[in-house]
Amino acid sequence: MDYEIVIGLEVHAELSTESKIYCSCKNEFGFEVNTRCCPICTGMPGTLPTLNEKVIEYAVKMGLALHCDINQICKQDRKNYYYPDLPKAYQISQFDIPLCEKGYVDVLVNGKEKRIGVTRIHIEEDAGKLLHNDNFAGSLVDFNRCGVPLIEIVSEPDMRSAQEAKVYLETIRSILQYLDISDCKMQEGSIRCDVNVSVMPKGSDVFGTRCEMKNINSFSGAVRAIEFEANRQIQILKEGGTITQETRRWDDSKGKSFTLRTKEDAHDYRYFPEPDLLTIVLDDSYINTVREQIPELPNVKISRYLREFGLSQVDASLLVEDPEKAKLFEDTTAKKQCSPKSVCNWILGDISKQMNEKMLPLSEINISAESLSELLALIESGKISNATGKTVFEEMLVSDKMPSIIVKEKGFIQISDEGQLETIVQDVLKNNQKSVEDYHNGKTNALGFLVGQCMKATKGQGNPAKMKEILLKLIG
Amino acid sequence: MELYQLTASELAQMLRNKECSSEEITKSVLNRIKETEDRVGSYVTITEETALEQAKVVDARLAAGEALSPLAGIPISVKDNICTKGIRTTCSSKMLSNFEPPYNATVIEKLSAQEAVIIGKLNMDEFAMGSSCETSYFKKTRNPHSLDHVPGGSSGGSAAAVAAGETILSLGSDTGGSIRLPASYCGVIGLKPTYGSVSRYGLVAFASSLDQIGPFARSVEDISMLYSAICGMDPLDATTARREYPDFQKDLSNADLKGLRIGIPKEYFSDGVSTEVKEKVLAAAKLLEENGAVLKEVSLPSTGYALSAYYVISSAEASSNLARFDGVKYGYRTENYSNLIEMYENTRSEGFGDEVKRRILLGTFVLSSGYYDAYYKRAKLLQKQIQQEFADTFEECDLLLTPTGTDTAFKMGEKTDDPLKMYANDICTVTVNIAGLPAISLPCGEDASGLPIGMQLIAPKFAEQILFNVSRKYETLVGGLNKVAVL
Repeated sequence: MDYEIVIGLEVHAELSTESKIYCSCKNEFGFEVNTRCCPICTGMPGTLPTLNEKVIEYAVKMGLALHCDINQICKQDRKNYYYPDLPKAYQISQFDIPLCEKGYVDVLVNGKEKRIGVTRIHIEEDAGKLLHNDNFAGSLVDFNRCGVPLIEIVSEPDMRSAQEAKVYLETIRSILQYLDISDCKMQEGSIRCDVNVSVMPKGSDVFGTRCEMKNINSFSGAVRAIEFEANRQIQILKEGGTITQETRRWDDSKGKSFTLRTKEDAHDYRYFPEPDLLTIVLDDSYINTVREQIPELPNVKISRYLREFGLSQVDASLLVEDPEKAKLFEDTTAKKQCSPKSVCNWILGDISKQMNEKMLPLSEINISAESLSELLALIESGKISNATGKTVFEEMLVSDKMPSIIVKEKGFIQISDEGQLETIVQDVLKNNQKSVEDYHNGKTNALGFLVGQCMKATKGQGNPAKMKEILLKLIG
Repeated sequence: MELYQLTASELAQMLRNKECSSEEITKSVLNRIKETEDRVGSYVTITEETALEQAKVVDARLAAGEALSPLAGIPISVKDNICTKGIRTTCSSKMLSNFEPPYNATVIEKLSAQEAVIIGKLNMDEFAMGSSCETSYFKKTRNPHSLDHVPGGSSGGSAAAVAAGETILSLGSDTGGSIRLPASYCGVIGLKPTYGSVSRYGLVAFASSLDQIGPFARSVEDISMLYSAICGMDPLDATTARREYPDFQKDLSNADLKGLRIGIPKEYFSDGVSTEVKEKVLAAAKLLEENGAVLKEVSLPSTGYALSAYYVISSAEASSNLARFDGVKYGYRTENYSNLIEMYENTRSEGFGDEVKRRILLGTFVLSSGYYDAYYKRAKLLQKQIQQEFADTFEECDLLLTPTGTDTAFKMGEKTDDPLKMYANDICTVTVNIAGLPAISLPCGEDASGLPIGMQLIAPKFAEQILFNVSRKYETLVGGLNKVAVL
């Protein structure tokens, strides 16, 4: 029997607000342990939370971007459980009335659009971290992350393959980046996900028993976890067994998941309304103000790139995936000095290669819309060759100079003067009699060799198209 | 007459007239503590050294001719569930017996800004759970008017210290009657302010939606002075109201009872209330009537359910609020554990007393899945109904007059084995917390054995001024309420 995989995802994204959700501590990552905390976020007796309104704004932004209904009257609730990284022994979250619900997001899976339902988005606080030290038998707690604002985005069980789940995750991340509300740094844990997987016989519309997997810290890890879990469940069913509803821990290094707790051991979180905080009330004008701040979102942008610039689906998606690349593309194209296609090729080619090699974001690569536009204009107008363009680009990365200056200083201007080129070609023909004979004997690749010799003679500055033209004329 | 027997307003006047110094006042109070504390037992911690330092600072300012805040140089003591930076704050629990907060509660910041002299931290029922001050881990406070009787609770130390002259003013907290009941038992004045008028920041939470810090004093002017000092919006407490507060002292002497409609809710004079208490409270009502007030019998039919709703809501919140005492970061930690779960279990088993455990269990139960709707949700519905009944009643009267307790102080140990009997002491006071209203308890006589009887005035939200005005008028009519127990 063939099985169909059913996947639902819970994405936790840390919001990049300046301060934490319930106190005025800085919301910063990577500082010495227990230096970004105060009596409030460490749950000292007698302290009280006060809501950072930026968190509401960011969460509403995400809700609107995912076409959610915004609950204009909602509350916060306490989720009670014991763990040493949770100093109050309850997490302030939202239970039955989330800030946003009933939304969706359209994702592109292999060029086809698919709509994934978004059940809800709610706000909550992050917990601290346990640290382990070889010199100390017990665990240590770092409270710096306590009270970092989170949104939890819960999807409907609408995904049917690990690939779909991956695309969904990438789309969510890209939207978070476009809204500029989360750093989305997987390696810093600023975006994390839990995966719910079940399987059912193909064609069935009754979902199987689901298992939740926690501790997934990369998108590729999510793919591996889903594939592992689906196979595990299918194997059990094929052997005539039944799936037990449980929470499992994914161990990416072992490529396996392990039972964390079964349904019987499930926590009773004893949710109840947080009495220390007021009801959240949002009026229409507030929602509209937030709506106006939402920029053009990735999927809309992709469609526009196809329509307006004639880019391919793949190229447009690759550009849009990184808001910085999309911005550089749009800013460069707006100067109308070069073709959008070549801007796209350069960003996805040489510039992306630089980013990957240096492991840097685009913002830290020394290239601007002005310099890129000028460089491509020089190439397209024939003033420099494509090969010279690459040399100039390398120079730009380290020198801060505009391409025209580099070209002038290094004498890179392309030779297009026909008289000058003809003299050079004549010399090349004279010195390569053998190749000329080969050509006349039908060895067409001899022509390529001769063009190469011409380029060499001009130190790469000869206009290749023109030289080839002259070559053909002289060689007869 | 000793300085410790005077009221804050009298002492403030004497300070300004250079008739005494703050150091003299402070020493008078500290000496009184030395004489009587082994019998009364109001204090968990006495901060003699810093108190005298603060007094000297005020005296120096006075000598330099500088203007003083109303409470400058006046001794004030604080219930031990209000956080004081660097001064241990125990909630009278083994769990916090070694806890020194790294910060001050907002009310402490306000008192410090006024340069009040903080004398020490006062005993209470453990985590404010109790009506007799007998559940403290440290000691049992005694009623200064009769040492084999309880002072009431949970703010028993706050009431007893004021009644015994072991301080001039004090702060307590009131979740279901914890200020008013001990005030009534000890023959002093206690105010439970409108929910949201005094910041709870730094008050170790019992039931967050009901807790409120409030003042104890021996005169109405003193109560209004201390309330003025602590009320107001606090950016650190989201539940404080954004509003301006009047100058409560300005109109205090001009109170006029003419036409004032006082409601007498019949449910508060049921068979559960002792005859002596009923008589004295109704006599006080009569006195107000003779001076122009109009008495009206009114009805608050849901009163009988209030106690159940109160114990469900307060225990539910307490079970969550007290979960943080897990031995990880501060306070007591068991020595007997080999893993995390054992550490949690033994810390909490050893660190909390029986009454606290009882409420945590009750609260955990009513929030559990499958029981939430039957208990917590219904209690919250009942809360709405009680609020509505009060709102309707305040359409036809300006304030309500009731007994504070059903009886006078009981003997120590008399009710410790019967929690339900103990809980029933709160029957006249819990409705006020459930509805978020302000109420004051005033002494209105004594029973045959000389124990104080208290009456309670309840006003609409943020109508503390009416409470002060009427109380002041009553105080004048009976020739003053300031009475320090003879010990």
